[in-house]
Amino acid sequence: MRRVVVTGIGVICGLGKDREAFQKALREGRCGIGPITNTECHDLRFRNGAEVRGYDPNDHFSPKEADMIDRFAQFAVVAAREAVCQSGVEWNTDLRENSAIVTGSCVGGQATENQGFWDVYKMGKTRVHPMTIPKTMANAGASAISLEFGITGPAFTIATACSSSAHAIGQAFTMVRSGMADLAITGGSEAPFSYGILKAWEAMRVVSPTLCRPFSRDRNGMVLGEGGAMMVIESLDHALARGAKPIAEIAGFGMSSDAHHITQPSAEGAAKAVRMALKDARIAPEQVGYVNAHGTGTTVNDITETKALHLAFGDHAKHLAISSTKAMHGHTLGAAGALESAAAIVALSTGILPATIHFNECDPECDLDYIPNCPRKADVEYAISNSFAFGGLNIVLAWRKFQ
Amino acid sequence: MSDDLTHNEELTRRVLRIIAETQRKDPAQVTIDSSFEELGIDSMDGVNIVFALENEFDINVPDEEVKNIRNVRDMVEGVRTLVEQRNLQSDTPSDPAPAAS
Repeated sequence: MRRVVVTGIGVICGLGKDREAFQKALREGRCGIGPITNTECHDLRFRNGAEVRGYDPNDHFSPKEADMIDRFAQFAVVAAREAVCQSGVEWNTDLRENSAIVTGSCVGGQATENQGFWDVYKMGKTRVHPMTIPKTMANAGASAISLEFGITGPAFTIATACSSSAHAIGQAFTMVRSGMADLAITGGSEAPFSYGILKAWEAMRVVSPTLCRPFSRDRNGMVLGEGGAMMVIESLDHALARGAKPIAEIAGFGMSSDAHHITQPSAEGAAKAVRMALKDARIAPEQVGYVNAHGTGTTVNDITETKALHLAFGDHAKHLAISSTKAMHGHTLGAAGALESAAAIVALSTGILPATIHFNECDPECDLDYIPNCPRKADVEYAISNSFAFGGLNIVLAWRKFQ
Repeated sequence: MSDDLTHNEELTRRVLRIIAETQRKDPAQVTIDSSFEELGIDSMDGVNIVFALENEFDINVPDEEVKNIRNVRDMVEGVRTLVEQRNLQSDTPSDPAPAAS
């Protein structure tokens, strides 16, 4: 099987509108969460979110283009452009035919759909905008990327709630590793700030009225975020042949389903995905130095994830450096796995492990090293990124520093 | 009217009925002394029941309160407290009449 490397990364999220801003914020431990401004939320029990502040579609798209795609798909394209630019890919017919696109999204363009439904249900209008269906479809991001670069290979979208973009990367990885594609653009994007969607999250009673404090005893829920993260992955041979500089290697991945409960996580299910990722990467637990945790900041996730790390890593668990960057960029749902993988790759390539910010006090049930509050210098060869979705669908991606 | 609702057994009966309905259980199984374990109610079920209770009684249950509910009695008492608070608020005129001069 072929070795697969990352040659470009693009990011847009609450921490900034490009990769450089994202890296700087991770390095500084800055919080991208604040009052939600672009959506009605006067009667919600929470007011905070990680919005992409100052985002103007006109900075990235012509007015007509911007009208044709929902904010979530715009984030997909913006991130893909940055990843492709960094990778230095020069497109030709062969490469366009042999490249794949696999994206993840949880809610797709539901904000657009909400607007159309509001018009007919509430405002008494008799018609919905004709672009509602193509703007809402979860694959709109993948399609827009295909149109952007003229890529004609396989392109599709995976929707597995909060694991969506991690599953997308895993799928793209298997396609490149097996030779089905030479190169892939993969990741995810999400733009969930719409009144109806926020009301639905409020109803689940898992969103914090304040900040996201993963693994801290006083944590009281997640904070939603929006954004996108895309990467260009390709076989090592393909990258070297065209003179590209690999940033990191995808070492392997593992997946599992809990078969336990629709919303309650299972430590055994999560641990199984971790074990399978290590097995696929052919590494021992002791070789993993950093874990970018799913770490949502809910009471249950953080305890269960801690148990899962104990189960999968045994004695090595207490030597792991673990952080949840969701405290900074929020829970970006279908974009989370890609955004957090980008954070893990930044950690490997810069030697600075991002902190779990807003960490106030230790929880006896979360008894590992969560890199509280201060980023840490550490030379790490392997990192994993955990994604555990509602519905009990788990995926763990194993990343290796490229050397 | 509000006294009737909060102090007689009517409120308890309505809460028990809502729990039975949302959990698709025989109402005879749900008593004031039932624990959630006995009824097989997990945390997501609890959130679903609270949603139905909010609609039934026109109340809002804070997230923190939901986390502390462990059994049917907690639920009944929680609803009673919130209904009483709501009644107190609605009994207070929002625009008090001016004092006689």
